This record gives sequence, structure tokens and C-alpha cells, in this order.
Amino acid sequence: MAQFNLNINGKTQQVDVDPSTPLLWVLRDHLDLVGTKFGCGIAQCGACTIHLNGTAVRSCQLPVSATEGAQITTIEGLSENGDHPVQQAWMEHDVPQCGYCQAGQIMTAAALLQQNPNPSDEEIENAMNGNICRCGTYLRIKAAVKTAAQKL
Amino acid sequence: MTKVNTKLDRRSFLRVSALASGGMMLSFSWLAGCKPTPEEELGLPKEWFELNSYIKIGENGAVTLYSPNPEFGSNVKTSMPMILAEELDTDWKNVWVEQADFYPERFDRQFTGGSQGIRQGWTPLRTAGATARAMLVAAAAQSWNVPANEITTSAGILEHKASGKKAHYGEMASLAATLEIPEEVELKDISDFKIIGHSKRNVDGQKIVSGKPLFAIDHKVEGMKYAAIVHPPAFGMRLKSFDKNSVMGMPGIQDVFSINVFKDDYVQNFFDTTTFPEIVAIVGNSTWEVMQAKKNLVAEWEKAPETKFKMAGFGGNSMDVTVPSGLENTSSHKSRMAEFIKNPGTVVRKDGDPEGMFKKAAKVIERTYSAPFLAHNTMEPMNCFADVKGNKAVIYGPTQAPEFIMGTLSSSLGIPRENIQINLARMGGGFGRRAYSHHMVEAALISQKIQAPVKMVYTREDDLSAGVYRPTYSATYRAALDENNNLLALHVKAGGIPESPLHANRFPAGALDHYLAESWDIPSNITIGAFRAPRSNFIAGAEQSFLDELAEEMEKDPIDFRLELLKRAETDPVGTNNDYDPKRYAGVLQLVKEKSNWNQAQSNVHRGVSAYFCHNSYVAEVVDTVIKDNKPVVESVYAAVDCGIVINPDSAANMGEGAIVDGIGNAFFGELAFNNGAPTKTNFDTYRMIRQKEAPKKIEVHFVESTENPTGLGEPLFPPVFAALANSLYKATGKRYYEQPFAPQLEMGNLRM
Repeated sequence: MAQFNLNINGKTQQVDVDPSTPLLWVLRDHLDLVGTKFGCGIAQCGACTIHLNGTAVRSCQLPVSATEGAQITTIEGLSENGDHPVQQAWMEHDVPQCGYCQAGQIMTAAALLQQNPNPSDEEIENAMNGNICRCGTYLRIKAAVKTAAQKL
Repeated sequence: MTKVNTKLDRRSFLRVSALASGGMMLSFSWLAGCKPTPEEELGLPKEWFELNSYIKIGENGAVTLYSPNPEFGSNVKTSMPMILAEELDTDWKNVWVEQADFYPERFDRQFTGGSQGIRQGWTPLRTAGATARAMLVAAAAQSWNVPANEITTSAGILEHKASGKKAHYGEMASLAATLEIPEEVELKDISDFKIIGHSKRNVDGQKIVSGKPLFAIDHKVEGMKYAAIVHPPAFGMRLKSFDKNSVMGMPGIQDVFSINVFKDDYVQNFFDTTTFPEIVAIVGNSTWEVMQAKKNLVAEWEKAPETKFKMAGFGGNSMDVTVPSGLENTSSHKSRMAEFIKNPGTVVRKDGDPEGMFKKAAKVIERTYSAPFLAHNTMEPMNCFADVKGNKAVIYGPTQAPEFIMGTLSSSLGIPRENIQINLARMGGGFGRRAYSHHMVEAALISQKIQAPVKMVYTREDDLSAGVYRPTYSATYRAALDENNNLLALHVKAGGIPESPLHANRFPAGALDHYLAESWDIPSNITIGAFRAPRSNFIAGAEQSFLDELAEEMEKDPIDFRLELLKRAETDPVGTNNDYDPKRYAGVLQLVKEKSNWNQAQSNVHRGVSAYFCHNSYVAEVVDTVIKDNKPVVESVYAAVDCGIVINPDSAANMGEGAIVDGIGNAFFGELAFNNGAPTKTNFDTYRMIRQKEAPKKIEVHFVESTENPTGLGEPLFPPVFAALANSLYKATGKRYYEQPFAPQLEMGNLRM
């Protein structure tokens, strides 16, 4: 066990966990930030996507020890009131079916648009390819990313 | 207006529907639920007045509607309350929706599966809404001292025009809640619908996009422990022993023990399917710690002997189930299936003289289709929260079928049903998998053992290797043609491990004078369960691929060929048990022909068509494929759907788009194989799932305008897409695709996938 000071959604949070603990489980079990989801545990599905210094990363493969000093943003901190343009676009296109993967999809999309405000269809497909949606809402995801791009 | 009896119609309706669905029916006593006893109080504020189990109205006119069915992504949590709100005649803006917990005394059929939620909920929900409205009208009539039939309602407002009196529902709710329930109520005319047929956004949309806790896996209470499980590594194996000391002493680990899902004297039901009744549970302080301990657990496994048990089936019957011993392999599955394909099967339907026709045929075409086992792979792995203390249990978990696990929980825990509360969590996907809810029993037994609340979570590997798969199937189609290429007879022989996919009375049965259907099955210890459109999800692809090849042989347009057969089935049907309506079937083919501009195909776009009937609905689909950079790309998919009245059109289209993407993904990539009883793929690095790049670039879902009562939607768009894709790929590559998944064969043909 070791103590870590983490900067999550603009706040400093202290946790006492094993250094190898993936950030995913620190968020979910220790800090009650359960919007970030467990899907595969091997960085293959994207359900656990968060932002580390603005870049989309898979938190299931990210040891907590590697995150000290970094700016961590989770779905809960993407916007104050759940009204980030990407979240609004997701609502406008009524994207979710089961909804389980969508936080990860939104975090990947928000990071993409941060780096590339006007992505082409191909760039959207490439950026979103690491996030599995078992319900198959891919077309609405792509449409929502485009709508969000126009608003940002 | 249609008048319905609030009591009798409901009962008889449910009985009839339950038989048609092939599912099971839950006990129903809705009227009893309208007068809650103190124990049944749902704990809402006092200003809410409960008009019946589904509807509460606040003093300010706000309405809470309870969505009875578990939500796994088909959006029943929005569409079922839309039906209530329509007949209640309230304003959707003022409606709050809450997930009902499992209350069999209050709600009928709290089951999500078989695409039956809306179909079977249609009349009960309309009746519940109309009953509440009638009680509000009666309250207003009493208050204003005017005849009830002079009072109108609109968007939650009661009005008596002659006297100029007006009130919102909230003002009459307290009185209405004390009135007698009317024996008969009037339902709206379909033409008066203001909510049904008008798209409403997902009532949980805001919570989903902002990451609020909605799923069982998100649940946490004070003092809760975490649990992981370890199950045998292969089908046909069981636990011999484990070394507790191999994990005790690891950080955060509290206890390690084995649990048995079933009591010895328990009679399993159809949805109790469990691959490994005895597993090891590891309990600790956090998910990560129990998952680490899992890797360290030293356990010995042994081959399981053949087992026999009784299983309660439909209609009170019980059947004897034998689970064979042995470690099975995909290669031996294939060779056994090849034998069964050659041998005669069990005749399940025969019209005319098919054997005679094959003897005198000028030409016989024979093709065999196959598909592997598939895993459901819900994005949220199996998990459950349970808090069992003494003689009471609270279970909060993802389940499609709470009624079917209640008896198991009661037996395994030794706690009476009335002391067990099952709360229904939103599910991160279901697809049939969560109709089998042994994960709830596992969590409950763990909690009972430690007498503390616990959340049990499967790893992806646990989930993917724990069984309850879509079976592997095969179907051989034969057609007899005369010298002028007229179709004389059709023969289908289909089977699988461990069940046959055949629906013998579906199209093209009924359209052919000479037809033979045979079935076979091979027992296995690999557990299977319902997977989005069970059996249809394979047989549709085989049948509709064969009809495509047949049309080509007969030099007919594939849509025209199907329409000719359907015309025959409509005007002069063969046999009496044909379980489809040829006119509605033809209707979706005609609609997809129009919407896809079938007759104006572009060069370089390769089109395939397919149509299928299942879950009481009709779907035709056209898939357009292009080859880009040596890679098949699905450009467009057009779907035409006849599912009767559509409740929530945009959400219905979303469901259809998802089913099409799901079908294309499984057709290209879906495959689970076995080596010595163990699945060869246990996570998404090897089990390939369709991703953003492989999804079609465009999907159009068109609904037939209809005033028929609504039918299934979650499943029917899934089965036909397999053949529409295969037929399109044939046009693109010049090769037919008989074996799923298609990607390996496309790659052998030097295409990239």
C-alpha cells in the first residue's frame, strides 16, 4: 500500500492503495467515480477511457503510480452539468442503447475533437475504432461526433 | 374507441400471447396490486397518489410512471411509459419514469426477451393508463357534480366545457386514488395518439452521457465487500479441491470458499442453465485485490462425470436432462455434424411427395451452411450485488428474467420468496444472456456466507468462458428443378449442437407443393441459451442464401422470386400450420425494393437481399457492398420492417441499426471454438467484435405504416442481415459464402478484413 495524491476532475484526491492498482479500480472502488466502466481489463474495448493530460487513455491498464502529477479527467468531470458539446450531441442523436460503453465513447470523442476540431469521416472512424459498442450504435456515434464538431 | 374489460381481457390476452411467443408467462394479479399493503409501499413522498401499480400522480400534476420490464438497451424504459402516458392522456413533459423493482404481485411479465415486451405489454399498459384516466375523470365528475361523459382530458388537464370547470390531474389525484376501479374502460382511437408514434428521447439519456451510476456494477453500500469467482477451465470439468492458503494473506483478502449454486433437491427450470454449479469465491476489500488473488489461487480440477437431472419445462411438464461427460473439440464437433448431415433426420414437416419430385428432377441443387458457437459478450460482464442477512435478502443485479431466478434464489438460500427482494438494474447489454441469472445466486450465496453486502464481478475471461452460448448449427438445403428450371420441391435438413435451428412451418413452407423438413441434434456439455433471435439467427441466413442461389439458377430476380412464392402462399397455401402472413411478408420486400431503388443499381455497388419473419414481425433488408483498397466495405443497408404500430420511431430505428451492425459483425467475425473443452478465445484481443470502421456507412430503417398491434422489434432485424450480406459479397467477389464467419474466407480470397 502507498499513498497517492491524484488530480481528478480539478480536485486533489488522496488514496491509499497498492501501486499496481489500475486507475480504473481506484476511480470505481475507492473514489466512487463509477462512470468509467470495466469492460475487458486488457485495453481492448475502450469502456474505461479517461483523459490523462487531455489525451484519451485506457484506465484499466494504467497503474495508479503512473498518474500522480497528471491531470485526470473522467466522464463525471468532462463538464459541470453534463452539457459538454459531445454530451449534448449524444443526447441530440439519442445514441445510447444499453449505455454501458458510452462514457468511454464520449471521452474518446472529446479528446479527438480537442486535438482535431474538424475530423473527416475517416479520422473519426480511426479515432473511435478502439471503443467497442456491443449494441452497434456506431453510426449514431459518428453522427454525434460530427454534430459536436460543429458546435465546438 | 375500443372498450376493454380491466380484468378479463388482460388475463385472456396474456394467456394467448404467452403461447405464441414460446416463452413463459408470469402469474398476474394486477388488481390486487392496485391496493398496496403497507409492506408493498414503494417509499415515495406522501404527495404522490397511486392510481395503480404503474402510475402515481403528485399534487402538482407531475406524473411518475413505472416501467415494469428490465432494461437492457431496447429502450422499454422509455417506450412502455409512452404507452401508459398516451392512454392516461398526460403531457410527456411532466412525466418521470422510474424502473419498477421486481413485484410479481403488481406487474405481469417482468421479462425482457423474445421481443415480447411491447407486444405483450401493449394492452395491459394501455388499460392501466386508461383506467387511471377514467378514475381522474370520475373524481372530477364527483367534485364538480357533472356527468363523467361530459368531461374531456388533454395533456393532463380535465375540463368540463359546459360549466367552464378545469383542473389538472394533480388536483383530482387524491380523490381519484380512493375511488373504485372501473370494470370497463375505453381506449383511445389510434388516430388520436399524441405520444405513441412520436419520437421521445431515452429517459436515461442524460444520466448515461454524464456517467451516473445506473448499472448493478456501479452499486455500492457502506461495508460492502468485493468478490471474484474462479470456475473450472473447461466444459466437462469440475472442482476437485483448492488451496485456501494460496490466496489467504494476500493484500485485502478476507475469505475463500466454494459455493454450490443448486441445492440437491432443487428442480431446475429452463432458465437455470449453469455451466459450473460449483465454483470458488474469493472475497476481499476491492475488485483489484480479489482479481489479483484469482490469479494466485491454486486449485485442482477433474473431469466431471455424466450428470442427469430433472428440469421443469413449459406448461408444468418436467424433462430429464443428461449432460454428457468429456472434453469436446471443435474439430470433432465438425466431423460429427458431417455425419448427421448425411444421415436421415427426424421429419418435422412434409407436404406432397418431395422424395418423388427429387427422383424425377432434371437438376438438384444442394448446399450446406454452417455457423459456429457465439458468445453474447455483453459489455457489462456478469455481476451482481447481494445483501443477505439472516432470513432476508436484497439482490440488485442485471437480469432479463427475475421470475425465473426467484425460485432458485429461494431454494439455494433457504429463504422464502417473500423475504427476497430483487431490484432490477439497468443492464449493460443482454442479447439473451441475462435470461440466465445464476450470477445472482452466486452473489447471494457469497453474501450469505459472509453475512455482509457484496458485489461480485466476473472478469471478461470468466464471462466469455462460462458458457450459455449461441449453439453451432448446420443446414442443408436441396432444391429439385425440372428441365424448364421450375421449382418442384424443397428439402431442408438442419441441426446443431445441442439443438436444431429449424422453424419448419415458416416460409418457404406453405409456398411449395412438395416440401420436406428434417431436424437433428447432437448432445453436448457446452451450455447454450437464447441469443438474439434464437435459431432464426442462423436458419434465416442459410435459407435466404439458398433462395438467392436458387433464384440465380432459375434466372429470376431474387426479390421477384420471393414475391412469386409468397403470392402462392397467399392465394393457395399448402398446409395449415404456416405461421406467417404472406401479404405482410411481401409488403416488406416491396418496401425495401422501393427504398433501396433496387431496380436502379449502380455499377461497383454489389447488392444482396434477404427477408425473414420472426418474433411476429417481418423484415426485408438490402446490403450494398463495395470493394475499396482490396477490402469489402458495407456501404449501405436498407431495411423495411413491419412490426405493427411503432411506439417510439427514432429509438426503434436505433434498435434496428444496432441489430444490423450486430448481424454484420457476427457474420464477418463471430466465432467461438473449443480445444479439450476450453474456449480458445477468452477476451476481445482474440474474439473479434465489429468496430466503428467495419460498420456500414449508412443504414436506413423504414417502417411499414400500420394500425396493427405492435410486435417484436429487438430481434427481427438481426437474422436476415446474414444472408443479405452473403448475397452481396457473392456479387462482389463471385464466391458464395456458406460458412460463418466470412472474414477468414474473404482473407483467403486475398481480401483484407
